[in-house]
Amino acid sequence: MSEKTSEEKTPLIDSKGLRTDGRKLDELRPIRLEVGNLSRPDGSAYIEHGRNKIFAAVWGPRELHPRHLAIADRALLRVTYRMATFSVSDRKRPAPSRREHEISMVIRQALEPMLFMELYPRAAIDVFINVLEADGGSRCASTTVASLALADAGIPMRGLVAGVAVGKIDGKIAMDMNDIEDKIGEADLPVVMSPERGEITLLQMDGKLTPKELAEALRMAEEGIHEIHEMQKAVLYEKYAKIREEVGEVSQDVDDDILDDDILEDVADEEPLEEEKPKKPAALKRKRTTKAKKPDSDEPEAEKPKAAKPRKRAKPKEEETS
Amino acid sequence: MDVVTEIDRERILSLLREGKREDGRGFDEVRPIQIKQNLISKAEGSAEACLGESRVLAGVKIQIGRPFPDTPDEGVVITSAELLPLASPTFELGPPGEEAIELARVVDRGIRHSSAINRSDLCIKAREHVYMVLVDLYVLADYGNLIDTASLAAVSALLDTKLPKIEIDEEGEVTLTEETIPLKMGVPPLTITFAKIGDHLVVDPSLKEGEVMNARLSIAFDGDDTISSMQKYGSSPLTYQEVTDMVERGSKIVKKMRKQLPSR
Repeated sequence: MSEKTSEEKTPLIDSKGLRTDGRKLDELRPIRLEVGNLSRPDGSAYIEHGRNKIFAAVWGPRELHPRHLAIADRALLRVTYRMATFSVSDRKRPAPSRREHEISMVIRQALEPMLFMELYPRAAIDVFINVLEADGGSRCASTTVASLALADAGIPMRGLVAGVAVGKIDGKIAMDMNDIEDKIGEADLPVVMSPERGEITLLQMDGKLTPKELAEALRMAEEGIHEIHEMQKAVLYEKYAKIREEVGEVSQDVDDDILDDDILEDVADEEPLEEEKPKKPAALKRKRTTKAKKPDSDEPEAEKPKAAKPRKRAKPKEEETS
Repeated sequence: MDVVTEIDRERILSLLREGKREDGRGFDEVRPIQIKQNLISKAEGSAEACLGESRVLAGVKIQIGRPFPDTPDEGVVITSAELLPLASPTFELGPPGEEAIELARVVDRGIRHSSAINRSDLCIKAREHVYMVLVDLYVLADYGNLIDTASLAAVSALLDTKLPKIEIDEEGEVTLTEETIPLKMGVPPLTITFAKIGDHLVVDPSLKEGEVMNARLSIAFDGDDTISSMQKYGSSPLTYQEVTDMVERGSKIVKKMRKQLPSR
């Protein structure tokens, strides 16, 4: 690495305007997302962003240990960013480094504004991020994947956040810096945003940029983040569409069964008119929800809604006696 | 043991008395094995092993270092392990605890004392430079018997390892080059773990079986039926008969297991 920097002239953009990995200046690296890929945590997600390979897992809201850390009116968010020893060229020492502590902090602060922490007083929400392979921009990819894991855990959020590191190479502003560009480029600017709210929740920079270049870089970051945000939404939709397919049918069956029985009994109990019996369940099937019950039960008498609640308890007795 | 564990123990024991296990396996049946190699391009070797739902990722890094003073002409092979908090709600952050250290050391001894890696081959210059083979294990999901899962991951990562060639300059400085050769490896050692629950001995204990067991014996088998390391865990004793029984059964199981390792 030190040899490369001393050469100084390693071009990062070739004559065709393409970068070392063949991308255009405003092009993202390939990104692949997964949610719910770990079975034990409450929520999990995985990202491959270029050669970055990162797992994120969420436990919580859960009981907070040690207790003295508890905050009376909201939950405590704890974020741990760790790199595997083999995630970088020279083996990283296993103990957490200063860099890992700092990145854990900035990621926590990038995620926290999106969460309704006041919903879970005294509880803990723990986010564990493990970088299996690092390839430049790992803190941004980590935030993207951690945000997905929080959504997968079902924790109420104002929105997702996504991140990308933009920067300057060979005098030009470039999207989504890779490892080499990060190391020998002129500036590196990791940005995390909530695209829906237009808020920046993580911003760091090292290198040299003019205010004009900074503005251009931020605009480029926003575009990249919008693109990543679409992928985040798509992968979440995909998961929940699958669950809806599986669970949706089952619950519908159960609903219909319960409803049919209920209604048939109601009808038998309360309405002596025989022609009505077959019609009612059929009409209800179309609406299916408990709401559908009300208009029906309202019809015969005004007292019905009150009587509807205790019926559950009363019914077994009726069955026994009858 | 808390109340819930006590109830689980009774349930598992009553099943064992009928010759059954909670997940329907036979007493000598290990869970399905899945192995993926070459996952991390920055590591010299890597593999992920699943034993049932237990999941361990292993990565190998190669460095140049000094040999240990008592083995000046041998390379160094070290295994370490981390129980990531994402693998179980009971794993916590912080320096490795008893469990992680035991896991790493048992897998380490299984490999170190086997004849699979000839450490003299890893010597560059006696007393000065040797190859260091550093195997790091990350537990991604704990569903019981992490030792055997980790042993599978470690061995599969070693089978995937590319040893970089070296360059020595006039001053005797050694550097690793881009050019690689596969790491030489004989018949890989594998660890087989039995749990003793009541009077019953079952291989590859599940998470629940591991929670309620009285004792555990992990046996690392080298090629040619020899044993390269053992570890007893738990405060209940084992009899002579039980130990020999487990070794005999284990040596049959390990042969089947070895067939499921990736070939080179």
